[in-house]
Amino acid sequence: MLENILTILIFFPLIAGILGFAIDKNSFRAYGIAVSLVEFVLSLLLWFYYDPNIAGMQFVETLPLIPTFGINYFVGVDGISMFIIILAAFFTLIGIASLPKTPNEKNMIITLLFLQMTMVGVFAALDAIVFYIFWEFSLVPMIYIIGAWGGPLRIYASIKFFLYTFAGSLIMLVGMLFMAYFYYQTTGVWSFSIEDWYNLVLPKSYQIWLFLAFFIGFAIKVPMFPFHTWLPYAHGQAPTIGSVILAAILLKMGTYAFVRFSLPLFPDASVFFMVPIATISIIMIVYTAMVAYAQEDIKQVVAYSSISHMGVIILGTFALNVEGISGSIFLMIGHGVVSGALFLLVGVIYERRHTKLMSEFGGLAHVMPRYAAIFGIFLMASVGLPLTINFIGEFLSLLGFYKQSHILTLVAGTAIIVGAIYMLSAFKKAFFGNVTKEENKNLPDVNKTELVALIPLVAITIWLGVYPKPVLDPINKSVTRLVKFMHEKSRTPDGKIRIQDPLKVKTKKVCSDCASCKEGE
Amino acid sequence: MIQPVNISMDVLNLTTLAPMLVAVVGALFILVIDLFKSNLDKSLYVMISILFLFVDLIAVYESSLTFMQNGTVIGLFDVMQIDGLAIVSQFIIVIASMLFIPLAMTSKRFHEYSYPEYFALFLFMIAGFQFMVATDNLILIFVGLETASLSLYTMIAMHNRAKSFEAAVKYFTMGALAAGFYSFGAMVFYAITGSVEINQIAAVLDANSYKNLGYVFVAVAFLLASFAFKLSLVPFHTWAPDVYEGSSAALAGYMSIVPKIAAFIVTMRLFEFLVHSDIVWLKAILYAFVIITMTISNLWALVQSDVKRMLAYSSISHAGFAMAAVLIGTTEANTALLLYWVMFTFTNLGSFSMLWISRQKNLLPGQSSDHSYEKFAGMIKTAPIPAVIMGLFMLTLAGVPPFALFWGKLYMINAAVISGYTFLAFIMAINSAIAGYYYLKLIVYMFMKEPVDSRYEKVYTKNLSLTLKTVIGFAAVGTIFAVFAINPLLNLIGGFVYNSGF
Repeated sequence: MLENILTILIFFPLIAGILGFAIDKNSFRAYGIAVSLVEFVLSLLLWFYYDPNIAGMQFVETLPLIPTFGINYFVGVDGISMFIIILAAFFTLIGIASLPKTPNEKNMIITLLFLQMTMVGVFAALDAIVFYIFWEFSLVPMIYIIGAWGGPLRIYASIKFFLYTFAGSLIMLVGMLFMAYFYYQTTGVWSFSIEDWYNLVLPKSYQIWLFLAFFIGFAIKVPMFPFHTWLPYAHGQAPTIGSVILAAILLKMGTYAFVRFSLPLFPDASVFFMVPIATISIIMIVYTAMVAYAQEDIKQVVAYSSISHMGVIILGTFALNVEGISGSIFLMIGHGVVSGALFLLVGVIYERRHTKLMSEFGGLAHVMPRYAAIFGIFLMASVGLPLTINFIGEFLSLLGFYKQSHILTLVAGTAIIVGAIYMLSAFKKAFFGNVTKEENKNLPDVNKTELVALIPLVAITIWLGVYPKPVLDPINKSVTRLVKFMHEKSRTPDGKIRIQDPLKVKTKKVCSDCASCKEGE
Repeated sequence: MIQPVNISMDVLNLTTLAPMLVAVVGALFILVIDLFKSNLDKSLYVMISILFLFVDLIAVYESSLTFMQNGTVIGLFDVMQIDGLAIVSQFIIVIASMLFIPLAMTSKRFHEYSYPEYFALFLFMIAGFQFMVATDNLILIFVGLETASLSLYTMIAMHNRAKSFEAAVKYFTMGALAAGFYSFGAMVFYAITGSVEINQIAAVLDANSYKNLGYVFVAVAFLLASFAFKLSLVPFHTWAPDVYEGSSAALAGYMSIVPKIAAFIVTMRLFEFLVHSDIVWLKAILYAFVIITMTISNLWALVQSDVKRMLAYSSISHAGFAMAAVLIGTTEANTALLLYWVMFTFTNLGSFSMLWISRQKNLLPGQSSDHSYEKFAGMIKTAPIPAVIMGLFMLTLAGVPPFALFWGKLYMINAAVISGYTFLAFIMAINSAIAGYYYLKLIVYMFMKEPVDSRYEKVYTKNLSLTLKTVIGFAAVGTIFAVFAINPLLNLIGGFVYNSGF
């Protein structure tokens, strides 16, 4: 069973979803929870049997799909992708478990199960076409969630979301075809396997064009400035569960794809574009932080802060060293947990008041103390308070980029402080002061269903903030391999300087002044 | 003293005619049945047509076996030419016809199906298309084309509505113009090369290295215009939306597939040597045709308010997409075209059948057209399964993986990429994205809007019968599981195309 665990993880939700059509709609929530619980346990099993000493791909499966054209069903995980898969399984579980009463609950849960299949598929795929299939197909359940259960502008939001991402990924598809063609020209064999592509060394000019083609697809998904305009609409109109999944998992597809495709395939182009992309990321951090400050709707504040933190992830990724990339992957997980939780919290208050305007609240800490406490914890985590999960990721990302550029890092670091300002001011407006509105006086505090979702998230936030080693170690291992590979692959002198060989650096720097390393090696 | 003509039957090689003859005999057979006993039910004729098409299919299969052993077979005074292209396209034509004719077995009665002549015409039409693809003789192509077209015009008119007559007359007039263009172009080619066979024309033109370039230009211009009519390439597409709207949805779906594949095969034969002849303006013209057709028809499709008209424009756009293969002209591109069309057959069959099952006898008060978007609003609430299936076909047409048409698009864009048509590849990608919008519009109406009028609820599956369910189920299964068929199809089609020199 372990040999096929990834296939089971990918297709179990699909089959469960299809069988689900036959189940009575009043008993459906139990079914959904059961299925996603099984999926989550399976994903934990994946972690349990994952060998942390191997940096490369594990649980690899191959099955010829279109062998004439080099397309294979090829999946596997390494430290980079495994935790995001677990996160996807986890968020589907708590998303279904904490689902408030919705019309057509059955359709919603089936859609979520389909969505889960695509999410796991994207992060497990090692064949570009299989990756593309899941990547594109994830749009379909998502537009349905936004379009069928969303707010008043839901149709506009879902179409905008679909068209933006669809257009971007088609450009990416052309890039993939070019990549496969170059591979074919060099080796005489068609292949869409990413592992095969890694071995292909392209001249810098080709790398730049292909990098751009992939970049458009990924950047829209992340979303990076100036392609971010679809996201506030999608978040604003989506139901709580839609926002949670979107922020926690779907956006990570873009940042993950940068690590999986752009960096190892085009190391020289990555160096070439490092400063422009870092600049865009910083604009993203600063600009969206300022926009967030001006919002009156608390969900929009969370949405813009989410974009802002995605900027830090990109910055870390393009630090092109082990600290930065590991940090950015860790931050992907952290950001998933924290922004997912924040959207859940916004959903909690929306359920009670059916408004998201901050001016409608005020003094909520008096009526809903537990809610305020949990919100406070995630707010602190969101601004990167030490000992919370985001701190580690943000710190490592910035540390990584500090090695490339001091000034840009300084600007980015300052910008993150702006993040603290708007989050705290939002918190103040909603929670402190006197209870101004009559409707808020008798709001019930968080109930059991909601606690079931929120308590584990709090636990993860603090656990991984205090002791990130079990997650960070496998990530580090795989990233070290990746960076080493990029160092060897890069051909330009600039590339060799910017992408340092991680193993060399370690022996020179760390082992001279670190006692534990001396003992270990 | 004229010598008596001595021809041995071996030279005639009448087996090359077998598939077409089966269809013709079937048509005559239906007419004979009607002679002895009239007023028989349509189901009889449908099944007889299917039976004859089945025999036809077997005949095509036999010729494919011969082709695999002996290569291209020439017959009937060297007029018939059964090569890989002819075989693959005949497979597509016959199978598509077998899937479309059961759509006649609706639960409601329609005027045209009460005439056995309708089915006879249908079989004659198929024979015409088969002749068209199985020859490289310009005269026989013309004969096949006209046989098929004249039958088709009549079949459209038999739908017996004011709009159908308009459609038939419009199609007829346009078709007559196209026929005129065709014969004029063919005549010019005959004048400068002394032959009506495409390979002879190519050989002569190559030998004298295109010294009559002006005449070649005239001939190409006329022939291209005539096929642009048949393939509904912009700006010769104006008939298409009206004709699709006027004919029954089943026939419209048929028209978007079978006549076009026949025309594509002829275009491929004709332009294969022209594209490779280094005549710059020829490529430029084709390039313009491809890009304009794809883009403009997409933009028109965006603003349609009727689903059938939207699908008509979308078919035009898909034709432009496939026309890119003729421009690229490599084996991969030609294979891609055929693969694309196989996939498109299933998808379009499904989507037009879904319209067909919701066909109303009379429009409701206030309803502007048969299949307005409003009609489908909130369909998921009242008819969930048809809505999901319709949504599936729309996503497939948009090219969402892993459904059928995605693979056609993938392979087509790939053909452009490996032949150095980078710009074309990007235009194709962007057009697919634009097209996403209007397919999504129907999904939005079905899944995200509230029902407009409760009277529509009864309409969605009004025409549904077991036979139609089977056809739709077949199309849906074909679309979903296409991924498993791509590899064998690619090998098969690629082999046929490569071995016939395209």
